Amino acid sequence: MLLSAKDVTKAFASADGPLPVLRGVSLDLAAGETLALTGESGSGKSTLLHLVGGLDTPDAGSITVAGIDLAGLDDGERAALRRTTVGVIFQQFNLIPSLAVRDNIAFQARLAGQYDVDAAQGLAERLGLTEQLAKYPEQLSGGQQQRVAIARTLCARPKLVLADEPTGNLDEASADAVLGLMLDLVAESGAGLMVVTHSERLAARMGRRLHLRAGVVA
Amino acid sequence: MTATILSALMSYWRRNPLQLFTFLAGLALATALWSGVQAINAEARASYDAAAATLGEGRFDQLVAEGGDLIPQETYVALRRAGWRVSPVVEGRLEGVRVVGLDVLTAPGDLAPVQAMDGTDIEAFLLGEGQVFGRAEALELIGDVPAQKVVANDIAPGTVITDIGVAQRLLGRQGQVSRLIVDPVQPLRQQPLAEVAPELTRRVADAGSDVGRLTDSFHLNLTAFGFLSFAVGIFIVNGAIGLVFEQRRGVVRTMRALGVPLNRLIWLMILELLGFALLAGTIGVGLGYVVAAALLPDVAATLRGLYGADVGGTLSLRLIWWLSGLGMAVGGTLLASSAALWKLWRMPLLAAAKPRAWSMSAGVDRRIQRLAALGLLVVAAGLAMFGEGLAAGFALLAALLIGAALALPMLLDVGLRLGEARAAPGLRQWFWADTRQQLPGLSLALMALLLAMAANVGVSTMVSSFRLTFTGFLDQRLASELYVTASDEGQAEALEAFVTPRVRSVLPLMAVDRDLAGVPGAIYAARDDATYRDNWKFLEANLGAWDSVARGEGILVNEQLARRAGLALSEMILVAPNTSLPVVGIYGDYGNPVGQAILGEALFRQLYPEVAALRFGLRLPLDEVQGLRTVLRDEFGLSDEAMTNQAAIKAFSLEVFDRTFTVTTALNVLTLAVAAFAILMSLLTLAALRVPQLAPVWALGVTAKALGRFELIRAVLLAVLTTLCAIPLGLALAWVLLAVVNVEAFGWRLPMYFFPLDYLRLAGFAMIAALLAALWPARRLARTPPSMLLKVFSNER
Repeated sequence: MLLSAKDVTKAFASADGPLPVLRGVSLDLAAGETLALTGESGSGKSTLLHLVGGLDTPDAGSITVAGIDLAGLDDGERAALRRTTVGVIFQQFNLIPSLAVRDNIAFQARLAGQYDVDAAQGLAERLGLTEQLAKYPEQLSGGQQQRVAIARTLCARPKLVLADEPTGNLDEASADAVLGLMLDLVAESGAGLMVVTHSERLAARMGRRLHLRAGVVA
Repeated sequence: MTATILSALMSYWRRNPLQLFTFLAGLALATALWSGVQAINAEARASYDAAAATLGEGRFDQLVAEGGDLIPQETYVALRRAGWRVSPVVEGRLEGVRVVGLDVLTAPGDLAPVQAMDGTDIEAFLLGEGQVFGRAEALELIGDVPAQKVVANDIAPGTVITDIGVAQRLLGRQGQVSRLIVDPVQPLRQQPLAEVAPELTRRVADAGSDVGRLTDSFHLNLTAFGFLSFAVGIFIVNGAIGLVFEQRRGVVRTMRALGVPLNRLIWLMILELLGFALLAGTIGVGLGYVVAAALLPDVAATLRGLYGADVGGTLSLRLIWWLSGLGMAVGGTLLASSAALWKLWRMPLLAAAKPRAWSMSAGVDRRIQRLAALGLLVVAAGLAMFGEGLAAGFALLAALLIGAALALPMLLDVGLRLGEARAAPGLRQWFWADTRQQLPGLSLALMALLLAMAANVGVSTMVSSFRLTFTGFLDQRLASELYVTASDEGQAEALEAFVTPRVRSVLPLMAVDRDLAGVPGAIYAARDDATYRDNWKFLEANLGAWDSVARGEGILVNEQLARRAGLALSEMILVAPNTSLPVVGIYGDYGNPVGQAILGEALFRQLYPEVAALRFGLRLPLDEVQGLRTVLRDEFGLSDEAMTNQAAIKAFSLEVFDRTFTVTTALNVLTLAVAAFAILMSLLTLAALRVPQLAPVWALGVTAKALGRFELIRAVLLAVLTTLCAIPLGLALAWVLLAVVNVEAFGWRLPMYFFPLDYLRLAGFAMIAALLAALWPARRLARTPPSMLLKVFSNER
């Protein structure tokens, strides 16, 4: 199994004491599989994505990614996991504003030691970014920035792709086009894909769907 | 991976060249001011060391005649015959250059230049017309002399060294020597000094006039100024680094999310900053060299005038201040970035990525700042009341300045709140509220301005008070219209007899060096005359002090001696073996580094009959001075150098102060310029953050031009408010310098005067600086295209 989460719980501190966000969530995802994680705002979707991506640590439960138990990893090892095994596509794109599009796409692959100039060029072409390679993020539209974020993640060839509302900032037509491309590229790479979304249209195009309600799988 | 991270970090600077410029320029300016001052100090110290090395000052015991008289050569011969290993030295001045004659065959160690330098020839030094060694400028000054000139750069500035015979010939002192250097190695048996030469006293090494020690206070003050300038620069660097880190928060989060280990990221950021620090430090040391080279002639003149210390007027590149400058640049950068790096290290990976306006806007930071300001001001007050010593004085300065700088944003906030409360609702109210919102972002630059202006007010007040006091002091001390110097005792007696019927009074000037109350000093003789009674002002005195002095029943001491020896009125001082007198008055003696006492003429002559008056002050109507000079020249062959009129001495003394003033003015202007630069850079770097804040106001109908005007008004308003805080702080600084540091460093206290017009002018300069600094950012804002402002709203969707 590419991803396995068991009885994961997480609470955040608040003025009124610990606020539980996840209360014993379990899920599995195989390589090549796609999963939509849906739920109301505050249901714990993004928190679960952060835990799976090694961006945060659970209070209890276990998470295994590509055979690696995240519980035993220190900060440096979790960073290595994010570099080489997991790719995260953020809702706000999180591109590096001072790097040109070409360097943004190559950034994570270079960190992972996986950079292949031809593969990067191929991705840029598939995502319609060839004309934008020398530009900087601030010169791009929201849809173009999202495509750069997708290219950056896929260029590093991660085993597991995590996407947080990847089309949340796009209109319907752009969202459909970007999602279609993402699904094609992920399928070609053989990676697993987990997408956090509010969108029914997007969720319907995933292989599986998991609905969270108040921190538990509904 | 490292290369990828470094490349991403560097790309930030490529895309934000203005911030890179701010950072490098701020650090380079700070380093320049610091290393400039250090260069001056290092040059001066090297000059003193060269003097000590070539003249043996402070290294060897010396035999000197009481009262500083010349020693007959026969005494030297008698001492050598009695088994004393001594070496004669002749000293004097020729065209302002110190001429030192040594006996190369008996001089101990490496004193004589012929042993120290390559390519010198002992025969040429000793035989024939002889050789004179010195720096090129000193050799040029002495003009044509009957000896071969040899350039030697390791000889003290303003000094030439030659064989004793040549020196005696040049100085007209045949058969006389100035002092005798005692070789550290002496035979076991030798006749006691008191039997061979009772008129000589042995001055032990380091007990003599060590010019390095004398001028330490001056250099300490310069160092303090340099440090203050550096602190102002560090405020800029701190501001630039703070902003850079804030703006990079999002990028740091992204990089970490993409798998960059935090430790490596932090180390690489430190490496990046150190690289820039070394670059800026190198530029700064170079600029410092230029500053020092420009100021050194004035500093040299000041040191020569105040202390008689010769300092070279040209600068050499020295390793120590290269290292010091680079060390300060690197240390300052690490200091300025430590808080930002710490925050970054502690920042959770999932923390909000949007940059806050500035880190100082955080509530916790503000509370810490408030407490630190309060704590430092309490420490300053404690030091002002209970502190002792020079170190406490400087600690007081540091606590006062840093405490006030930290308190400034709070004070400005209060002022702006008051303005906001009184403003008409609408645009004016928004202006005040918006200004308050900008305060955290501008506070570092405003702190820099506060420090620069306070330093300006403080140092100007000190120097101007010094000048005013000194001018009055010169009027009091240099009351005689003409000063004449006889060449020997015979001429002195004839001269006195000749002038006595021709002038209102004749005041002989006699002095003898002597320890007073355990402190090295000198006793002067004063004739009972109205000149002294009418002109001299006492800090403290018994009734009829001059009468007591005239009767030989009391002694006057200067403030330096009173403070150093802890003397009060009526305390007894030993003025000669078996003779003690009570202190009847304490007088101000500004600018004199040594202790001094004044004895009535009759008693002085009785106690020190060997001291003859060769110099006289003559009181006569001003319009008769020129006539008397002509008569004295004709009758006694006195040269112009032997007759100095009061105006010339005053002019020389005031010139020394004007030179000092030039140095401090230059440093003041540079510091103010650095502060203006800080404002400019803060406004420019904040400009990007301003667009989202101003876009809604623009959308509501205020034109971009009007917004630009508001930016200008805001800068001037903040400069005015900062000035209002800076003037009292500067006066407090002046008080500390005059009443604490000066007393501890020099041994005398100066009265403090106020110069309101100067402060007004300074306030004007500050406003102009703020206006100029705000001009460009305001112009950019006024020309912001609507598309840029609209982008703010489209980004919100």
